[in-house]
Order: sequence, then C-alpha cells, then structure tokens
Amino acid sequence: MKTFSYTIKDEVGIHARPAGLLVKKAKEYDSVITLEKDGKTAAATKLMAVMGMGVKCGDTVKVSAEGADEERAAIELESFFQHNF
Amino acid sequence: MKRFQGKGVCGAVAVGKIMIFKKPDAEVKRVRVTDIENEKARFEQAKAVAVKQLQEIYDKALKEVGEANAAIFEIHQMMLDDEDYNDSVRNIIESRSVNAEYAVAVTADNFADMFSAMDDAYMKARAADIRDISNRLINVLSGNPSAENDTGERVIICASDLAPSETVALDKDKVLAFVTAHGSSNSHTAILARNMSIPAIIGAGDEFLAEISDGDEAAVDGYTGEFFVAPDEETRARFLEKQRTDEEKKRLLQTLKGKENVTLDGRKINVYANIGSVNDIGKVLANDAGGIGLFRSEFLYLENSDYPTEEQQFNAYKKVLESMAGKKVIIRTLDIGADKKVDYFGLKKEENPALGYRAIRICLTRPEIFKTQLRALYRASVFGNLGIMFPMITSVSELESILSVCGEVKSELKAQGIGFSENIELGIMIETPAAAIISDRLAPMVDFFSVGTNDLIQYTLACDRQNPDIEQFIDTHHEAVLRLIEMSAENAHRHGAWIGICGELGADTALTEAFLRMGIDELSVSPAFVLKVRKAVRSTDLGARK
Repeated sequence: MKTFSYTIKDEVGIHARPAGLLVKKAKEYDSVITLEKDGKTAAATKLMAVMGMGVKCGDTVKVSAEGADEERAAIELESFFQHNF
Repeated sequence: MKRFQGKGVCGAVAVGKIMIFKKPDAEVKRVRVTDIENEKARFEQAKAVAVKQLQEIYDKALKEVGEANAAIFEIHQMMLDDEDYNDSVRNIIESRSVNAEYAVAVTADNFADMFSAMDDAYMKARAADIRDISNRLINVLSGNPSAENDTGERVIICASDLAPSETVALDKDKVLAFVTAHGSSNSHTAILARNMSIPAIIGAGDEFLAEISDGDEAAVDGYTGEFFVAPDEETRARFLEKQRTDEEKKRLLQTLKGKENVTLDGRKINVYANIGSVNDIGKVLANDAGGIGLFRSEFLYLENSDYPTEEQQFNAYKKVLESMAGKKVIIRTLDIGADKKVDYFGLKKEENPALGYRAIRICLTRPEIFKTQLRALYRASVFGNLGIMFPMITSVSELESILSVCGEVKSELKAQGIGFSENIELGIMIETPAAAIISDRLAPMVDFFSVGTNDLIQYTLACDRQNPDIEQFIDTHHEAVLRLIEMSAENAHRHGAWIGICGELGADTALTEAFLRMGIDELSVSPAFVLKVRKAVRSTDLGARK
C-alpha cells in the first residue's frame, strides 16, 4: 500500500466539482484508492462519499492506493492533488 | 398592488405576466413487487434515460452559461452513477420488495439528509442536487411527462423552488424573470440566473404564492429583491424607466466592453470603481471597470461587534483580490470617526467629527488596530494586484510613521516565513488642502495619490457637506479645489507617482476633459458611473485645444 498526506490549499475545499474530478481520476486505476480524514474514510471512486467528507481548505487528508498499480497511482494522485486542490 | 420582499440575485428589472411553474406530480406510492429483477432493470433503464436527459441539459447550459456553470450537470450524471446511491436503491428494492420509484425516493431522503446535516453552507445546499436527480429518475420511472411550461409569450416564472436543471431547461427567450419562495443565494439556480442575466428573486416566502395566479401582472426588481403583484401606474412607470436605463447601459456596455479607455488623441486612462463591500464586486465586473480604485475597508468594522480579526480581514481582502483576477485593487485602510457608529472603538462624542479623531489619526495612535489590518493586507497581497491607500494625511511626519509601520509589518511577516507580494503599491488620499499644498514633499514617498474630492471640497471651502442650509455655497467646481488637484497632479508626476480621483467629482463628466488636461491618470467612480465616464474619456480630444 502506498500513501501520502496532503493539506488542501484550494479555498473551496473538495466541493462538488473538484470531487467529480477526483472520482474520475481515481477510476483510472486498478488499485483501491481511499481517502481518510479525521478517522473517517471514503472510497475515492464514490462521489457522494467524497463530498460527504466535507473536506475544507486547510484540512489534511491521507490518500492511500492499494493494488497492482499502487506505485503509479500514488505518484500521479499526489501530483493531481497538488494541481487541483 | 401587493409588495413582497425577497433576495435579489441578479441585477435587472422586469415587468410582465406571471406564470406559476408546474412541477410534475412527484408523489411516490409504495407498491409491492414480486419480480425483483424486473424492478432493478426498470431502475437501470430509467437511469440511462435520466443520464441522457442530463447530457442534453449540460449541452444547453454549456452554450448559455459556460463550462464552469454547466459542470453541475456533469456532476449530476456522476451522482446518478454513484455506487453508494445505486447500491442503496437496489438494496431497498430487494430487501423490501418495493417498486423502484419508492426505493429512489427513500434513497434520496437519506442522501439529502446527509448533506443537510453538514455544517458547511455549500454542502447543505447540495441536498437540492440530490432531490433534483432523484425526482428526474422518479419522473422517468413513472412516465411523467416533463412539466408543461411552454408559454408562447415571455413571462415571470414563479415557483416554490426551482432545481438547477429546471432553471436551465426553461427557454431563456421566454423567461422575463424568476421569483421563488425558497432557495439560497448559494444555490446553482441563483448562480445560473446571474449568468443568464435574468432578473431573479429568491426566498420571497411562501405567502406570495397564495396571492398570485397565472397571467397576473407583476414587476420584479432583481437589484433590491422587491416584487410587486398588480403594480400601480406609478410603480409600473418606475420599473419601465429602470428597464430603459438598464437597456441603455447594456448598449453602452456592448460598444465599450473590452475596449481601452483612450482619448481621441491617444492617452490611456484607467477607469476604476469605488466599492464598500465584497458584495459589490459583481457590480464592478458587470460594469466592466478596469479595477477597484477605492475599496472602503470600513464595512469590516461596521458589520462587526468587535474588532475584526486578522483572519477575518485576510479572507475578505483575499476574496476581493481573487475575484478581480489580477486587476488593480486599491484598499483604503480604516476611515472611521465619531460620525460612524462603531461602539467597540469607544470613540468620544465630538463637536466636529470631520476635523476630529478619525481615520489615520486613530491608526497612528492605536497601532494594534492598524497593524492587524496591514498584516491582513500584506498576507492577502499574494492573491492579486494590491494597492494600499491611507486616508486623511496632512503631513510628512504622518506618512513617515505609516511607512515605518509598514516596514515593521513586512519584517515581522518575513521573520515568520509568511509570504507577501513585493509589488504592493502604497499611496495616500489627497483630501486635505494641507496634503495638496505639500504634495511636492509627499509624492517622492509614495507610488500614487488619490484625490478624495468630497472631503477636499468641504475642507477647502470650509463647508460642512452634511448641512443642507449651506448647499448653495458648495461650489464643487470651485477654482481653489481644481487648483489644488492640478498642483497635486504636477507634483505627483514630477516625482514619478501616478494620480487618480476617487471622490464623487471623478464621475462629473463636465470635468473629465479638465481632469485629463491636468494629467489625471485614473478616475475611480461608483460602478454605475463607470460606463458613462469611459464614454466621456473616449470622446475627449486633448490635442484639439490647449
């Protein structure tokens, strides 16, 4: 399993539209991508669950990838987070 | 005539006939089914139809309101595809042997409740999106035709609430205005209305729906949120007049949009807007102002019951800077005095507040207030193109003290590793005769001057502008005032500073040519006058005569 932590810098946090982007991205991988904040977890492929976490600017989320392409997924997702959130 | 009040979300007015928006009957009956697999298949088919409908709405929205606002309908499609949502519907069909409509309705309630319970206002509002997509599914499942809202003529749409998809699905050419009983200004419906430039009022309350019927005449003011049913002649005339001014403005905007403010002989002038609150930014952009020449920071203090924190201020400044996307934003530091009621400042009552303990005089004697504001401003500076302006300057030593506080703030931020822009322009208001007279000494210390004509006139002519009895003595075109402005302009340019006018006189187009001849580089006026001033600048010829 590969993980990284990221602190959200985007003012709006992970709102509907950014959540949609993340879900699309997470679906590109075979690995299971999980989002964790304050002990709550959500599959990054589930839009409502991701939105339901209510991730705001300044929150730190832990992202983990587990599966065949976890290495690539973690690297690409980290850069995705940096660019989008 | 009956009057109702809601929240105006789009600045425009309309007069016309009411049409009450009809929604398909969304009442869902619980029906016991035996063929579970068939019911699940019905759900899948309905979903495919709903996704296709949403794609059509997305395409329509893309054309009408742009990609950023259309995106919500892409999200709606993804919501319909959400695993948890789908699992929930299928589970309910299976475990309770019920019809798909009922399973969708229960699922919608659960998910909408989840969003409603969140503490973030934006996320709360997403409950409406869940209801929107779920109602769509239910309508497809039960074969409800989409609501018949075709009208033939242009109407004012009245509804309890409008879902985003309902807003976009309406034929824009046939909608004069929207009025809804519920809804928030955060809703996509409000945002879409704004982007479609359709006057809209939300949250007008349930009462008005009982008082109207199809075909009633009504007047809608999207600026003020006022809504009149069966308006009387006078109200009607007032609205038609407003409409006419709006249309004239729109025409002017069409011809000026994106064009530079250049005089006939080729001099470029910046025409900016004056505002007093973050909420006014919309007006700045709608009037195509080149920047904000005066942002009065007082609202932060007036709206609060205690000193606004650095964080509060930072967020407000950041928002303005970001919204203006790199255009100049000049924020004036606090200009409060005994005439403005801010209890927590504990200001004593004064005989003559205009000449009293106010503005920079408070800042320099109570540095903690000043420093908090400056820290917030410097921190926000990385989000745009910031200028900071200091009011009520009368002497070189005041300006020295100010600049030294700015220096302290900068070194503190640096020591803390907090970033700020190196390109902040610092300037002062020229609003006392003293400042104008010693402008040769002040100019080398700053990047710009901005003439506050209202105070400059009252101090130069010794006329209290609040006193109606002396109105005839207040000659706003008084030669003394104009000479002080001209003197300041010459001194600014001699020392490499630029000079603008941010008082009411800046919008007086009878003086535009005179100001430009003096060398004024920028005119900052209230948003409503921006286009008028731009037009005046563009038809001025400085080469024609001297």
